[in-house]
Amino acid sequence: MNRIRVVSAAAAESGRKLLIPYVVAGDPNLDTTLRLMHKLVEEGADIIELGIPFSDPSSDGPVIQLGVERSLAVGTTLTAVLDLVTQFRARDAKTPIVLMGYLNPVEIMGYEQFVERASLAGVDGVLIVDLPPNEATEFKTLLDSREIDTIFLVAPTTTDKRAAQIAASCSGYLYYVSLKGVTGAALLDTASVRQNIEKLRRLTDLPIVIGFGIKDAESARSMGELADGVIIGSALVERVAKLSPANEISEEQLAEVTTVIATAREALDCL
Amino acid sequence: MPNTEHETIGFAGPDRLGHFGPYGGTFVGETLIAAVEELAAVYEEVSKDPEFWAEYDRDLKYYVGRPSPLYFAERLTEAAGGARIYLKREDLNHTGAHKVNNTIGQALLAKRMGKTRIIAETGAGQHGVASATVAARLGLECYVYMGAEDIQRQAPNVYRMKLLGAHVVAVESGSRTLKDAMNEALRDWATNVDSTYYIIGTVAGPHPYPQLVRDFQCIIGREAREQSLEQLGKLPDALVACVGGGSNAIGLFHPFLNDAGVAMYGVEAGGDGIETGRHAAPLSAGVPGVLHGNRTYLMTDAGGQIMETHSVSAGLDYPGVGPEHAWLKDLKRVNYVDATDTEALEAFHKLTRLEGIIPALESSHAVAYALKLAATMTAEESIIINLSGRGDKDIQTVAKLEGLTL
Ligand SMILES: Cc1ncc(COP(=O)(O)O)c(C=O)c1O
Repeated sequence: MNRIRVVSAAAAESGRKLLIPYVVAGDPNLDTTLRLMHKLVEEGADIIELGIPFSDPSSDGPVIQLGVERSLAVGTTLTAVLDLVTQFRARDAKTPIVLMGYLNPVEIMGYEQFVERASLAGVDGVLIVDLPPNEATEFKTLLDSREIDTIFLVAPTTTDKRAAQIAASCSGYLYYVSLKGVTGAALLDTASVRQNIEKLRRLTDLPIVIGFGIKDAESARSMGELADGVIIGSALVERVAKLSPANEISEEQLAEVTTVIATAREALDCL
Repeated sequence: MPNTEHETIGFAGPDRLGHFGPYGGTFVGETLIAAVEELAAVYEEVSKDPEFWAEYDRDLKYYVGRPSPLYFAERLTEAAGGARIYLKREDLNHTGAHKVNNTIGQALLAKRMGKTRIIAETGAGQHGVASATVAARLGLECYVYMGAEDIQRQAPNVYRMKLLGAHVVAVESGSRTLKDAMNEALRDWATNVDSTYYIIGTVAGPHPYPQLVRDFQCIIGREAREQSLEQLGKLPDALVACVGGGSNAIGLFHPFLNDAGVAMYGVEAGGDGIETGRHAAPLSAGVPGVLHGNRTYLMTDAGGQIMETHSVSAGLDYPGVGPEHAWLKDLKRVNYVDATDTEALEAFHKLTRLEGIIPALESSHAVAYALKLAATMTAEESIIINLSGRGDKDIQTVAKLEGLTL
């Protein structure tokens, strides 16, 4: 069975909120990302979103843009990201991995090749930011055939009619974008998020997780209260930015990077 | 009214979801979907509204100064030694390029939609100036995103935008050119989507932009077609236009697509030469991919990263191209060719000295190719070059290349 379903079913059973960190693969290099992924699991991550770097990340704010630039500067490719998942799987057979990125690298590799390689590597879900459901039919059919989830976003601007269509196309979890803007912005409007999540609940049985703008224990708690889980991206990438890849990165440094996940875990577990 | 003629064209497009064959579409983040859908709905309504088009026509006539002349370039024709060469004088438009045809139209859309703030991306600064101009005229707030690199090489246009009251935002990310300016404009739009209208400057972006920008630019081809019949007594044998994103080219070509006897040439920026890899010619040397909201030919590496482009002209320095051009290439209706930096500069000087017209470096690419093409044709045949803009903005660049400082 698909790992996302296993993990989210167990979480639902025990009342645990899903904590989903996002990191850019290859930032500052692939070895560090691999260590970071294991560390994130240790600190309480339930699922990991692994960003595929792309030269033109037009839905991302400055923090993730810089993470992507650092990754591309060391030559990270989509093939290398898939290899990273294979390496991660050698030590961790349980934690679901969701690849998140933009369409062009996938399109250039070819949908069939990508899906086959992702499946072999042990990828569980794919979220392509600039691929809306109505353009995704062929890609989704291929992903379905390998039991890889296709995750879509719902935004505050999404109409009710469209939200229903997205919920119907989506598998794994539904990703609710908490604010109008790009990743890393921070203007959470709890009341409107609550209202929109309630509407989504009526449309789907999938877990609903909230991303964009969650940066610490407090925002994790306030958003975690409204949904089945939260995604933390920019706040983590901002800390990764302080690592200097020229030197050997110590365990303490990694722990410092992941404190934001550890404290979010604690906050979520109090809910 | 833009759409009447499309119905009869075998190259009709796009479909309701913005596809031109396999190209085009709507590839943007979810936050922007509602905005592009709203725009598509408003545009569909507007395209059937004669009052909207009457206002657009009035603005073009009294504010922009249309129709632009179709000018017989006698000495250029002599120099080329073949077909008769005509210039469609978009350089004579208010603000100095074809870009204003589009910003006039989109400003009317912004007004109709009740938006109070305009954003735009710009490369050469021509679209930025044309956007700042309509914003000033309508009293709207205007932010123009421009790559830091381009701000350096198009300083006069930066100052013009500021004079017009626009905020020019330097984009320092990525390659610091047009594509990065477009990324930044998309981010702004996602953040300020309620108040803001995004005026895209070429026939790229998500649906409905490639369609509506084309419709606003088709005035070029409609006039040129009428003027040909009037001045030449027949249709031209060939059309030549430079292709950055492709708006001036599609504007000239589209009304002629059904005229089978009219050959068409879209001239991309060959930079240092296609073989060097330092160019901006996705149709000549790229592959299909997805960028900035649509599927089209792109300059992308084997891993799917967008490559840096090179051209002496900032307005052609873009790694993608409008999706309708991608389709017309596959259908073989339009020939896509290139002119190098050197060829464009030669043509720049030639037109200036022979006709007393200083062309934009972008347009100089079309002139360069047309000179070669004319030489292979007879004196009974004729070519129309789209002279998309004037070269005042480029004189510093040209002077610098010749070792002069002004
Ligand atoms: C004078 C002129 N011509 C052509 C272009 C290229 O754009 P397009 O291919 O959309 O006409 C530009 C863009 O800045 C321009 O300023």
